Amino acid sequence: MLTIPQHLLRTIKPRNDNFMKNTRRDFIKTSALATGGVIAANSFVLPGAYAAPAETHLKLALIGCGGRGTGAVFQAMETGHPIKLVAMADAFRDRLDGSLKPILDKYGADKVDVPEDRKFVGFDAYKHAIAEADVVILATPPGFRPDHFTEAVKQGKQIFMEKPVATDAVGIRKVLKAAEDAKAKKLNVVVGLQRHYQDNYRKTIAKIHSGEIGDIIGGQVYWNDGGVWVRPRKPEQTEMEYQMRNWYYFNWLCGDHITEQHVHNIDVANWVKKGYPVKAEGTGGRMVRTGKEFGEIFDHHTVQFTYEDGTVIHSECRHFPGAANRVDETFQGTKGTAYLSAGNHGVLTDYTGKKLYEHDRENNINPYQQEHNELWAAIVNGEYKFADAENGARSTMTSILGRYATYSGKVITMDEAINSDVNLFPDTLAWDATPKLVPNADGFYPHAVPGKTKTV
Amino acid sequence: MKKIALPIVLVGVLAFYSLEKPIFESYTQKIPGTPVTFDMTPIEGGTFNMGSASSSNADEKPVHEVKIDPFWMGTHEVTWDAFELFLDKNYELAISEEPIGEIVDGLTRPSLPYLDMTFGMGKEHKPAIGMTQYGAIQYCYWLYLKTGIFYRLPTEAEWEYAARAGSDSKYFFGDNSETLEEYAWTSENSDGMTQMVGKKKPNPWGLYDIYGNVLEWTSDQYDPEFYKKTPKENPINPSTELYPRIVRGGSFKTPAEEISSAKRFVNDPKWKQLDPQIPKSQWWFPEAPFIGLRLVRPLNPPSPEEINAYYTAAPIADY
Repeated sequence: MLTIPQHLLRTIKPRNDNFMKNTRRDFIKTSALATGGVIAANSFVLPGAYAAPAETHLKLALIGCGGRGTGAVFQAMETGHPIKLVAMADAFRDRLDGSLKPILDKYGADKVDVPEDRKFVGFDAYKHAIAEADVVILATPPGFRPDHFTEAVKQGKQIFMEKPVATDAVGIRKVLKAAEDAKAKKLNVVVGLQRHYQDNYRKTIAKIHSGEIGDIIGGQVYWNDGGVWVRPRKPEQTEMEYQMRNWYYFNWLCGDHITEQHVHNIDVANWVKKGYPVKAEGTGGRMVRTGKEFGEIFDHHTVQFTYEDGTVIHSECRHFPGAANRVDETFQGTKGTAYLSAGNHGVLTDYTGKKLYEHDRENNINPYQQEHNELWAAIVNGEYKFADAENGARSTMTSILGRYATYSGKVITMDEAINSDVNLFPDTLAWDATPKLVPNADGFYPHAVPGKTKTV
Repeated sequence: MKKIALPIVLVGVLAFYSLEKPIFESYTQKIPGTPVTFDMTPIEGGTFNMGSASSSNADEKPVHEVKIDPFWMGTHEVTWDAFELFLDKNYELAISEEPIGEIVDGLTRPSLPYLDMTFGMGKEHKPAIGMTQYGAIQYCYWLYLKTGIFYRLPTEAEWEYAARAGSDSKYFFGDNSETLEEYAWTSENSDGMTQMVGKKKPNPWGLYDIYGNVLEWTSDQYDPEFYKKTPKENPINPSTELYPRIVRGGSFKTPAEEISSAKRFVNDPKWKQLDPQIPKSQWWFPEAPFIGLRLVRPLNPPSPEEINAYYTAAPIADY
């Protein structure tokens, strides 16, 4: 059985003698219990956190070297724990190099040791990088997450993975399976739905759950803004490379913005409702973003999600430049209303207009940092505390259900959706392989047509 | 004719403004090809006493006399109505009544932010917010390419000169912070959000919202000792580091008492902590819904080489 070696804990926490005693004692207790076939609630048995006797650092690998993955490495480093980045993986060498430079500049060779033979490039790079580490950050475009997460769990690693965690139901089922395996192996898994690590959401939703505004009977969640980047096609690119560079506009990689961005707000609805919708219906299309550089995704989706108790949550996301922006969540209870946003809003109001609760918006900790503070503290303390993968998968699935509804124009049940066999992923991953979606002779991509497109 | 007209017109505009002295009075600038306009107010040159002797802030001392050349200043803070055209080329193309031309087309636009940069406070006639100093200067560059006119950020000294409008008191109207309510959106009356520009009374030189509503970018690096060594004419302490840089005027979040003509506010790396990416955006402060900009146009523009150098200075990586 693998554990964090005691000498490592000494290195990590030299100032806290009580901590070490506790750890040692609990470790012994846990081992005894484990041999007796009982798993203690706060078991210190962490198979993924093993380090060789000479090591004094936890080894980190970054899978997916974009801006977000690089940012996550910074946040891991900023926790102050003894972490060493030892391996990196990306489909593109230029992305890997562009990520390594700021990390090395900022944290130096003491904390960053990624020689040529631990820079892994290509579609199978992730396997090799995961093997080098105790802890992995999975931050590629979401289409790859199911396979990367499955592999990281298989290799017994502690995991931070970005949202969304898949782009279709086939991927979701893989993530749910791996999430069970991660639980069985007691691997900490944090998913980058960072509102779960943001104080205004935690405190306000706790008050909602304690009944402050009664039972929740309706809600509206929004991600309406102007859209994201485009990387113009270059003549030397294969179709596979073009789609990989412009992953946002292709569903096998991105899942459409209802999944890639709006999952945050949909996840808040699920959190507030303590459950997942049973069906969805909605409308969507391409209205202002119609050029050939915008792949296949819609520029707007409006969905009604119905929950098991009959509550309907309205969800709206659009990429309309020049129109009004709105990124937030509102809920109506039997006794009052709630307003929440990533700008540290958390307000509960009764129906006379009286404020029941207002979160203090000043001096809130950055939730992207808080995710890592909590995850790494658990890892270093030898605790098993985080099993975010299942909710990450079910909230991602909710957003995919929404897309299935807007793409098909039909009422889709969650049961139908999660069992969908429509697999968006290419049969072969290679630079010269052809993705399932290709442009027509004029360079435009076919996109979903409600009433015609089949999603389940 | 339609297809070739624009480059010729653009060259013509550039030639016109470099050869002919414009008339120094208020004007309305139309953003070519769009219905969007903004107003510019002339600020006569002169000398003034910069800094504050009575303030408790050491960095506002010593009070020193400074000579300022004439310039126009934006009558209002720049609003989303104009800034969003710059922000998104596809939106500009959709709005424009004519082709935008290759030069404008080729300009690097801001990365589209991952957050709603209006923070739910709305766009129409509301100040554009959350941009970095680099983003503010690139907006000026875009305007230059569109209009042929050299717009830039105010220097710290120009800003204070314009805000004072000839006064030596804490505010341009005197020292009573309670009177500020008539002129400015502050934490006391803003309801915690930006307000439409131009709804309060202007200062004596015709500038609206010079205090409050949003902090306004200047071109200067912050140096608490700068007033001890500053040049006497058109002083500027150019920005060479990302932090701290001078922003002026206070915002809708600032208490009236903390606002004054002399008060030197600065930017803060915390304004970017919510940026989940590394390197952090060169364009946006996701946690600063209170920073905006006001344009300046010098009466006597610098040489084309200096203009080019101003607009094309490479941004400093932030991580």
